[in-house]
Amino acid sequence: MNDVMRLQMTGISKSYPGCKANDNISLDIGHGEIHALLGENGAGKSTLMKILYGVVKPDQGVIFWNGDKVEISEPANARALGIGMVFQHFSLFETLTVKENIELALGKQAGNTNTLAQRIREISAKYEMPLDPERRIATLSTGERQRVEIVRCLLLDIQLLILDEPTSVLTPQEVEALFKTLKKLSHEGCSILFISHKLHEVAEICSGATILRSGKVSGHCNPKQQTPDAMARMMVGDGVEISHQTRRAHSEQAYLTVKHLNKMSASSFDVALKDISLTVNKGEILGIAGVAGNGQEALLKALSGEAPDKTQQSIFIEQTCINAMSPVQRRRLGVAFVPEERLGRGAVPEMDLCQNALLTSFDFGLVTKGILQWQKIQQLTNKIIQKYRVKTPNAQTHAVSLSGGNLQKFIIGREVEQQPKLLLMSHPTWGVDIGAQVAIHQAILDLRDQGCAVLVISEDLDELYKISDRLCAICDGQLSPILPTDDLALPQLGRWMAGDFIEENQQEQAA
Amino acid sequence: MDMDLITNILYAAIRTGTPLLLVALGEMICEKSGVLNLGQEGMMLLGAVAGFIAVYHTDSFMLGFVIAALSGVLASLIFAFVALNFNATQVATGLALTIFGTGLSAFIGSDYEGKTITALPTIGFETLAGIPLIGKALFAQDAIVYFSWIMVIACYLFFRHHRAGLAVRASGENPDVGSNLGLPVMRIRYCAVMFGGAMAGLAGGYLSIAYTPLWTEGMTAGKGWIALALVVFASWRVERVMLGAYLFGFASIMHLFAQGLGISVSSNLLAILPYAATLLVLIMLSKNSEKLKLFEPMALGKPWHKTK
Repeated sequence: MNDVMRLQMTGISKSYPGCKANDNISLDIGHGEIHALLGENGAGKSTLMKILYGVVKPDQGVIFWNGDKVEISEPANARALGIGMVFQHFSLFETLTVKENIELALGKQAGNTNTLAQRIREISAKYEMPLDPERRIATLSTGERQRVEIVRCLLLDIQLLILDEPTSVLTPQEVEALFKTLKKLSHEGCSILFISHKLHEVAEICSGATILRSGKVSGHCNPKQQTPDAMARMMVGDGVEISHQTRRAHSEQAYLTVKHLNKMSASSFDVALKDISLTVNKGEILGIAGVAGNGQEALLKALSGEAPDKTQQSIFIEQTCINAMSPVQRRRLGVAFVPEERLGRGAVPEMDLCQNALLTSFDFGLVTKGILQWQKIQQLTNKIIQKYRVKTPNAQTHAVSLSGGNLQKFIIGREVEQQPKLLLMSHPTWGVDIGAQVAIHQAILDLRDQGCAVLVISEDLDELYKISDRLCAICDGQLSPILPTDDLALPQLGRWMAGDFIEENQQEQAA
Repeated sequence: MDMDLITNILYAAIRTGTPLLLVALGEMICEKSGVLNLGQEGMMLLGAVAGFIAVYHTDSFMLGFVIAALSGVLASLIFAFVALNFNATQVATGLALTIFGTGLSAFIGSDYEGKTITALPTIGFETLAGIPLIGKALFAQDAIVYFSWIMVIACYLFFRHHRAGLAVRASGENPDVGSNLGLPVMRIRYCAVMFGGAMAGLAGGYLSIAYTPLWTEGMTAGKGWIALALVVFASWRVERVMLGAYLFGFASIMHLFAQGLGISVSSNLLAILPYAATLLVLIMLSKNSEKLKLFEPMALGKPWHKTK
C-alpha cells in the first residue's frame, strides 16, 4: 500500500438558485477504507455524491484520484476511473431483466454480452449475493434489486463503491448480509463510501466519517471512537434537542379492533390481506414494521375508508362496525389520517395551505351553512404553521412548493389539531430531517398521552422502537404476533419482517 | 367461395394494411422512447401531398418517397422542438400538429386536387407469385410493401438484440434513471420522434403514390388515428403491430368484397368496420390493464427535462 489517498476532494462548492448545496467541502478516503458520509436530509450529501459520480458539475473544487487530478464530467468517466455508485433510488428498469439492465448501464464496458450472464452468476456467488440474470426486475424484492446494483458495480474493476443510504430499504438480516459483502470488499482493497444517517450502522462498519451540515463540513471523526450522540450533535448542530428516551404507555381500553380482515388482491401487482386481527388501545401507539409492498397500503386503505367494503364486518371503532363507512363518516367518528404520499393523498399540490387545511378540518367550525369562514380557516392555518414550525413564506403558499419535511409537519399538525381519537399514520417521518423528526414524534407522543389511539406503519425501525408501545410486523399481507416493544428484540422483528411467523400461523391453523 | 377471391382478399388486405403498418411501427418506436405523438395523421397528409407533387413533376418514385419521408421528419421536428425542448403537453402538441398538417396539406395540394399519376408498379417474383392462394399476396407486391417487411424485421431485431433498443425502452420507462446512467435521453427521444415522422410521411406517400395514385384533401381518412390505436392493440410489440395492421387492412376492404359477392349489406355499414373494430379492441384492452403494464412504456407522454 502506498500513502496516496484513494480519493481526495478539496474545496468542492455547488450552488443552486436559492441555496448553496455544497460549500467548500473536503473529503478524503484511503485504500480499503469504509468511510461514512453523514448528514441530515438536505445537508448536501447527495449533491456531493452526484459531483463525484459526474452527474452534477461543481462550481468550484478539485478531485484527486490516486494522487492524480481528474475531471469527472459524466458517469462514464467515473466508471472508467473505477468508481461505482449505488443510488438510493435504484437506477433499474422494471420491465427489463437483470442482465439487460446491467448491459444497458455498463455499455461497452459490459464486455462480451454472451458471457455476461455467466459473469453475473460468478460475481454474485463470490460475494454471496445470489441473483438470477434472466429475471425481470419487477419480480425482485428490494434487497435483490440492491444486489443487482452492487453486482453491476463489481463487474467492473472498481476501486471505490459509493452506497447512498443502502440500508434504509432492507430488513435487519439483509443489512447483515450487505455488511458482510462490504467488509469482504474492503478487505480486498476496495474503498467504500457509505452514506447514511443511521449512526449505529456507521459505528459498526466505518473507520472514518465526514459529517455535513447545511452544505458545509461540520466535522471529521472515527465513528468507532465517537459516541452516537456526539455524531448526532455534529449532524444537527446545537440547539436541537436529541432525545432517545421515551416513556412507554400501557392501556387495555380497546379503541380500534380489527377481527379477521381479509382482502382479495385486485391484481397481481397488489398484495392481498390475509386474516388480519389487531387492536389499538386508547392512549397507546401500535407500530407495524415491514418492508414496503407487503400489504401496508391495502391495510391503510381498508382502515381509512379509501376502500370501503360492505361485504364484511371486520373493522370496529369501539362497538361500531365501520367497514362500509366512507372516509368522511370515519373522520366524524374521530379518526384522522396521515397517508404515506404527501402530495396527492395528504395534500393537494396546487392548493395553498389554507385550502389544504380546510380539506380535512371542515367539520371543525370552519363552515357555517355551507359558507366558508375564511377568517377562521386562516387562523387555523397560521396556528398550525406556528405550532409545528412549518417553514413557509405564508399560509397562501402552494403545498407543492414546501419541502417534504415541512409539508409533513403541516399535514401532521393539521390532523393532530383535530384532537382525533384514532390517528392512522404511514411513514410519518420518511425523508424528514432530525429536527422535524423530533418535533413530529413529540406531537404523536403528546397526542397519545391525551388518550388518542395511534397506529403507525413504518419501515424505519429506529422510529418504531422509539415511539411504539406495542410492535408487530407485516409480511405478504399477514400480521405477525404483537408484542410490547421492550419485549421484542430487533433480530426477532427482523425475522418476522421476512415472514418467519407465517409457517407458525399455518401450523396453528392446522392444529 | 372461389380461390381467386381469397387470393385477392389477401393481396388487398396486405396492400391496405401497409400504410397502417408503417405509421404504427414509427409511432410504436416513438412511444417506446416515452413520447406520445398524436400528430401522425398530420404528418401522413404532409407526406402524401409532398410525395405526390414530387412524383407528378419528376416521375421519380424514389424521389417521391424520399420527399414524403423527409416532410414527415420535418413536421415531427416541429413537434419534437415544442414538446421535448419546451416540455409542452405532448397530447396538445400532437393534436396541433395534426390540425396543422391537415390544413397545410390542403393548402399546398389545392392545385393538384384530382390530378393523377401512374401508380407505383408491383415487383413480381414470377415463379413464386404463382403459388396458389398466398403467392400473389406475398410475392407480387410493390417495393414499399417489401420495404415495410424489412422494417418489421429490423425493428424486431433492434429491440431484441441491440443495445440501442434497450436504451430506447429505458428512456421510455424511466428517463431520470436513464439520464443518471449516462444515456442521452433527449437525443434518443429526438431520434425516435424523427423515425416516427419518417414512417408516417412514407405511409402518406404510399397512399398518394401507390395505393390510390392521386391527391385529395384529407385522403388519409383517419388512418393515423387507427395506427395510434393499433400500437395499443399490439401492446407495443412489433410482431403484433404487423398482425394488427393486416387485420385492420382486411376490415377496411371488407365492404368491397361484400359488394362483389352480392351480399346485400349497406356498404356504409361495412365501411365503419375498421373504426368499430378499433373501439372494440380498445375496450377489451382497457379491461386487461394489467398485462398491458408489462409492455407499456411507463413514462409515456410525461414531459421530462434533464435536471442540471
